[in-house]
Amino acid sequence: MDPLLTLLKRDAHTPPEDLARELNLSLAEVQARIARFEEDGVILGYQAILNDDKADGDTVTAVIEVKITPERGGGFDRLAARIAQFDEVKSCYLMSGGYDLLVLAEGRTLQAIAAFIAEKLATIQGVISTATHFRLKVYKENGVLLHREKPEPRLAVAP
Amino acid sequence: MNLKKHIAHHVRDIPRSGIRDFFEIVQSMKSVISLGIGEPDFNTPWHIREAAIYSLEKGRTGYTSNLGLPRLRESIATYVHANFGIAYDGQTEVLVTVGVSEAIDLALRALVNPGDEVLYHEPCYVSYSPSIVLAHGIPVSIPTFARDNFRLTAAELEKKITGASKVLMMNFPCNPTGATQTREELEKIASLCIRHDLIVLTDEIYSELTYDGAQHLSIAALPGMRERTIFLHGFSKAFAMTGFRIGYACAPAILTEAMMKIHQYGILCASSTAQDAAIEALEQGAPDVENMRREYELRRNFVVSSFNEIGLDCFKPFGSFYVFPSIAATGLTSQEFSYRLLKEKSVAVVPGPAFGASGEGFVRACYATSLDQLKTAMVRIAEFVAETRAASAAA
Repeated sequence: MDPLLTLLKRDAHTPPEDLARELNLSLAEVQARIARFEEDGVILGYQAILNDDKADGDTVTAVIEVKITPERGGGFDRLAARIAQFDEVKSCYLMSGGYDLLVLAEGRTLQAIAAFIAEKLATIQGVISTATHFRLKVYKENGVLLHREKPEPRLAVAP
Repeated sequence: MNLKKHIAHHVRDIPRSGIRDFFEIVQSMKSVISLGIGEPDFNTPWHIREAAIYSLEKGRTGYTSNLGLPRLRESIATYVHANFGIAYDGQTEVLVTVGVSEAIDLALRALVNPGDEVLYHEPCYVSYSPSIVLAHGIPVSIPTFARDNFRLTAAELEKKITGASKVLMMNFPCNPTGATQTREELEKIASLCIRHDLIVLTDEIYSELTYDGAQHLSIAALPGMRERTIFLHGFSKAFAMTGFRIGYACAPAILTEAMMKIHQYGILCASSTAQDAAIEALEQGAPDVENMRREYELRRNFVVSSFNEIGLDCFKPFGSFYVFPSIAATGLTSQEFSYRLLKEKSVAVVPGPAFGASGEGFVRACYATSLDQLKTAMVRIAEFVAETRAASAAA
């Protein structure tokens, strides 16, 4: 991967001046490349990684395994795209294995997600079955551990 | 009772380490960002720690062969051949030691007779001169200069060679300067060593940490040098294993045997747990080394750019995890700069003269610290330099 993307993926908040120093590029070059990545759809957006428990206690997250019927000519894509349109759906992936789509859905309450599945998702023509798992606790989010271990102290000065 | 008079003279005469005084002040202060720590900030990669735990679980806690576990020695021979292009026999030419520090001591004690001169380049790692003295040798320092990017030049080396010269100690990539050697310069140095029949001790502990695509070259790999070189390496820096205390020496069998004589009576063998961890590191650790190396490279870029922006000239080193900026622009001595920066801004850097007299006018900053910390440190250094300049302009 482009080293600029690696750095942004790690911390999108890094000031472009620092990115320039780390990558030995000029500030203008860094800004131009970021603009280009955004334009080309390489960078889709920037978001904060939150500890949901602290930020907003009443979000419920579910992982839904969805089996769907592929269509002639379009495979899974048209149906997957349709499901992905719902606001409740945060991520949607086509999977190998025992089911077809893995859907990550968010709602205010368990009932809200249940209603979304029963009324919206499961009723779409082509959806054969759903299996829903509710998230209980988060240990790591997007590569960030929620409870970071304190680093072991090091000597203050070493030769 | 006057105990002092009982201390051996050559031990008594070794001055107290400059780093030690500084360490004690830093230790007594709170919330200091220390750029003075010469060790990786990464934990030892998990699979290596796990191999050490497994070794303990299996009860592998006895003495090993004096030379080290045979499998580790074979792994070292394979690793050195693959990465440095030097072929050593794992059975007779590899000695596993308690860090490179022990290996340096063994090599010097195995080679030096009282009065022999040992050449080494300065600024250099703090132990070189005392280790030579402890082996009853005479330390002869060769200055290196910012104008040469702190490379050791054959010309400066030649000026210091006398009839009593026996050993040349080298450390590239270099602690504290980050300097690396060019092939051209190494070839000139090699031919001087051959002409004057010098034995070379080459401490290549930072060799995995080279940047900008630079390819590390060992002097032992040059024609005619393997037979007169003791190649020293270890696990502390590249594999982030400082506390394991594990290193090795590779040398022709006669030299290895001589070092082993001292090692077997002084140490017996390196820790069995550390040896098992080292096997895992060599056989499975390459991707970890590469990840850490990449991270250091980003930090180096950041720190070098920042120092130069601040107005403290800093050449961009191709190796190790140190930078050695000049602080001449502040009008302060290295000592004043470091102590005042610590007091006024709570950032620790090590004064250059701790690494030898030719380090005056410079400080060592280690970038084996998280990028966040480095960023804060550089902001504080910038403030300090601006304030110092404003004060001297007003005066």
